[in-house]
Amino acid sequence: MLNDKRIRVIIGHYGSGKTEFSINYAINLAKSGQKVALADLDIANPYFRSREKSEFLESHGILVLSSYIKGSGIDLPSISADILGPLQNEDYDLIMDIGGDSAGARVLGRYNEYLVPGKYDMFCVVNANRPETQTEAGVIYHIEAIEKASGVKVTGLINNTHLLKHTVVEDVLRGLSLCKKVSNTLNIPIKYTCAIENVAKRLPDDMEGQIISIRMIMREDWM
Amino acid sequence: MTKVLMKGNEALGAAAIKAGCKYFFGYPITPQSELPEFMARELPKIGGVFLQAESEIAAINMVYGAAGAGERVLTSSSSLGIALKQEGISYIAGAELPCVIINISRGGPGLGNIQPSQSDYFMVTRGGGNGDYRHPAYAPATVQEAVDLTMEAFNVADYYRTPVIIQGDGMLGQMMEPVEFNEPKKRDLPPKDWATKGTGGKREPNIVTSLLLATQDLEDHNWKLDRKYKEIEKNEVMYEMYRMEDAEIVLVAYGTTSRIVKNAIETLREEGIKAGLIRPITIWPYPSKAFDEIPDSAKAILTVEMSTGQMLDDVKIANEGRLPVYFYGRTGGMVPTPDAVIAKAKEILGGVE
Repeated sequence: MLNDKRIRVIIGHYGSGKTEFSINYAINLAKSGQKVALADLDIANPYFRSREKSEFLESHGILVLSSYIKGSGIDLPSISADILGPLQNEDYDLIMDIGGDSAGARVLGRYNEYLVPGKYDMFCVVNANRPETQTEAGVIYHIEAIEKASGVKVTGLINNTHLLKHTVVEDVLRGLSLCKKVSNTLNIPIKYTCAIENVAKRLPDDMEGQIISIRMIMREDWM
Repeated sequence: MTKVLMKGNEALGAAAIKAGCKYFFGYPITPQSELPEFMARELPKIGGVFLQAESEIAAINMVYGAAGAGERVLTSSSSLGIALKQEGISYIAGAELPCVIINISRGGPGLGNIQPSQSDYFMVTRGGGNGDYRHPAYAPATVQEAVDLTMEAFNVADYYRTPVIIQGDGMLGQMMEPVEFNEPKKRDLPPKDWATKGTGGKREPNIVTSLLLATQDLEDHNWKLDRKYKEIEKNEVMYEMYRMEDAEIVLVAYGTTSRIVKNAIETLREEGIKAGLIRPITIWPYPSKAFDEIPDSAKAILTVEMSTGQMLDDVKIANEGRLPVYFYGRTGGMVPTPDAVIAKAKEILGGVE
């Protein structure tokens, strides 16, 4: 995680779990002593955005940036200029949580001058249990559409194959084998595999990509 | 079939297509826009038609037309958009045509906001349009149930020749959950020999209308509709009784709120407080008979809604004055927490004893 580039852009098909990954990743990074900023650039989704957990993330010392209009009862695609702060200030480790699909990734065009090769990582979150990304062709379709819309290349894959609390080890392994195919075809490494805690601890040790144990923070206990 | 992870709104669209729906007319509005977006992408692949109308009123009248031609047709919107459709829904009910309407509710009144709400209960259970009409309204609590009920809704609509509402809220529409698509229970559906799709020169023209100028004709029509609604009330009521066998306090909640209440009930039970839930799955016809099954141990009823108290009226009607009825609600997109429900239940039992 510390070896990733200072600017990490998290993209993928909508509903793949980008926000849960971003939040868990940010917390892990903050725990390792880094100065972390999380930019919620989701202009596609009206609900379940990382800004809803600002208070919780700030309690972990994470700077949360999103819209300049406060309040969740609005769906204006507005983005705060404050995001340029951690983009330019190299003291920060920045995670950019992007809205789903190529529609959500369009927002990245604004930041192209900062997203130069070698200066950023762009991770594509893959959930092989989402109907549109069950196949290699489906995943590659979304990667290519997002790269085209954003003008930025994906540098790593994240296997986040799950069925929420019903996830079993087989889900994760099936997702991994799909990611391997995509990885071979596009020559992009698998950087992480995510799973909820009781599944993560049962995963084999020799898996490609670091295992990240996910705590479902966006999902209320009653869901 | 293996489960996939889907967002409520896209799962609703997928369920409609599985149920044989080939036509969608609508107008986008948060928090349900993923549904028309899904239909726009998927319907052309199966030879269907997606059409973004110029308004909700235009969309519901396109639904009227497609339904009149005997096709399975869907529209969807959110709260204020459904309010705009009421005139068309009344016409469709009057003309006795089948269609499915999905309402993914948000805060009101008026423009309100985009957060979840249950304040459309009156509109969808009393009929927001004019005239003596009703239509079935299903209130799913999970994405899986939303899928199952949407598929069922098309059968119910065809069987009774009536519009059917799927009543969700923004939370259900936006939520991701595992789903699978199963066949709904079989119904013997009558042939659509009333559809206006050309006589072929072999029969008299069919007429689809809600206009009946002769008073006796219109009265006869109204009583015919009334008999149909009584039939629906007799056959189509759905509800769940959850941990009711020894309940001291009976909570009543539907949709998203019922999940919060179930979570609260688990905690209350762990603390030795016997709580149970009546969960209406159809909010019209209302499951009044569930209230006849309340055990003697019950001391009070607590209705929980994301509104200032709308289903509360039906709870009072069904309760027939037997138990004291209390209410807890949040509005404006605020979602009740299990802790608040627990506190209210304890306060009531403290006062009752």
